[in-house]
Amino acid sequence: MSTMVEHSAAPPQSMAQIRRVGFQTIVIREFHRIVRIWSQTILPSGVTATLYFLIFGAVIGSRLGPMNGISYMTYIAPGLIMQAVILNSYNNVVSSFFGAKFGKHIEELLVSPLPSWIIVSGYVAGGLLRGAMVGLLVSIVTLFFTHLPVTHPVIVVAAAAMTSMTFALGGFLNAMFAKNFDQISVIPNFVLTPLIYLGGVFYSIAQLPAWAQHLSLVDPILYMVNAFRFGFLGVSDVPVVVAFTIMVIAILTLFSTAVLMLDRSSGIRE
Amino acid sequence: MNALSVQGLTKTYRNGVQALKGIDLAVEEGDFFALLGPNGAGKTTLIGIVTSLVRKTGGEASIFGYDIDRQLEQAKSCIGVVPQEINFNMFETPLTIVVNQAGFYGIPRAIARQRAEKYLKQLQLWEKRNHTSRGLSGGMKRRLMIARALMHEPRLLILDEPTAGVDIEIRRSMWDFLRGINQRGTTIILTTHYLEEAETLCRNIAIIDGGRIIERDRMSNLLRRLHSETFVLSLSQPLTAAPALEGYSVKLIDETTLEVEVSKQENLNDLFARLSALGIEVHSLRNKVNRLEEIFMRLVERGAAA
Repeated sequence: MSTMVEHSAAPPQSMAQIRRVGFQTIVIREFHRIVRIWSQTILPSGVTATLYFLIFGAVIGSRLGPMNGISYMTYIAPGLIMQAVILNSYNNVVSSFFGAKFGKHIEELLVSPLPSWIIVSGYVAGGLLRGAMVGLLVSIVTLFFTHLPVTHPVIVVAAAAMTSMTFALGGFLNAMFAKNFDQISVIPNFVLTPLIYLGGVFYSIAQLPAWAQHLSLVDPILYMVNAFRFGFLGVSDVPVVVAFTIMVIAILTLFSTAVLMLDRSSGIRE
Repeated sequence: MNALSVQGLTKTYRNGVQALKGIDLAVEEGDFFALLGPNGAGKTTLIGIVTSLVRKTGGEASIFGYDIDRQLEQAKSCIGVVPQEINFNMFETPLTIVVNQAGFYGIPRAIARQRAEKYLKQLQLWEKRNHTSRGLSGGMKRRLMIARALMHEPRLLILDEPTAGVDIEIRRSMWDFLRGINQRGTTIILTTHYLEEAETLCRNIAIIDGGRIIERDRMSNLLRRLHSETFVLSLSQPLTAAPALEGYSVKLIDETTLEVEVSKQENLNDLFARLSALGIEVHSLRNKVNRLEEIFMRLVERGAAA
């Protein structure tokens, strides 16, 4: 083993540089992770979306009439893209952060000079990245089955990005709380999936009885799916302004909570 | 300037265990410092607090003058830590692990790649740079953690049992490597259960037991305090009983092995002369235990008795 250790004369990094490069590094690491295990992170959503379009769109949907004047296949397309974005953003952060906690390599970040808000932002950006990659893949799959117009492109991008951030933050909080692998699958299976299915992915809530419509309005995913659908098709069951307000409030609340929890290191530091 | 300064540091875990009971400690810049203690003495808790992996209950700590309560980011940017347990992502390659670690300290990727090549080569890991880390041997994993800790070229390197489970050849080459780093200005704090390692490398020492510092001195001063040493003599001819040597405590371990305790007032020439006079020929000699180990055991036993 060589003893020729020469410390470089490079100036010490400023805190701003540490934060900027640190954030980039977390994002690059998350990107490499997504790509390295692409058969777990990217591919399943493409397969699932194809099956949804074949079964609900082509087989069942062909027997259904248009919804809000739009063919059923086209109507459910934004919801299916959003479903993939939500689940992948959440799963990316919950599995990556909990894996780091479980394998103890989260300590690499905890001993570094990076503040908690940069660490949270880096993981959320990783969730956003996977949400975007999967959302794009499902959008491409969609085009094999139906024509999908983009009426308000800015709203499409904003709704997808803000929804992705919301659920990436949710995944981060789940990972902070989780003590074992069972606890990171409970929320996606028993909370997210029901909320997605009841959030107007496959139907317009206008078709429900009044009590069910009122009940649906407490499901936050309803607002996200409808804002996204409005961006593509120009139709929505809820006011888009309300949908974006809910997303902004959710992001701010979840981000503050995640940073606070990481600062207090609940479940990580002793 | 002190690389590490700790005053009145206390830590009580949620289960009520009081791991640190008011630690005062200063480590000078440039030092190679040994922090020794039996299992559960509080070494890893102390290191955990300094590196922010454990939250202190009370007291103060600073790194190169940066208070860990008020200037934590600056304090942490000065430290490189090699933990006791392997804590890198086993699915990543050594190259990825060290380059990413540099990034967490603000080192741009281009510079990080140059440093990665330098440190992975110096620690004989360059050939394995693109292998999955899970497949590295135990010694390689330890060296990878050292390379990772050096990537931001810290002013203070904290090594928590860095050579545990490493074979003697690799351990000695790691000693040379660490000596080289220290000679070029990096302060090193070392905890180890290999007391020979601490005696060989470190200039100053603190012994912690039961959450308190029970000894803090220069290594040379501490070793001088050893009043007697026990030697194991291998004999050329078998004996049936231990010879009577006035002034020495002698035990016959087996028919060709004697154990003799020699105090500081006596010398080995006198011992050998008296053995020769009795017709006993000594074939070889060794210390029964390492000198630091002898002192360490006495201090810890005294602490336990108190």
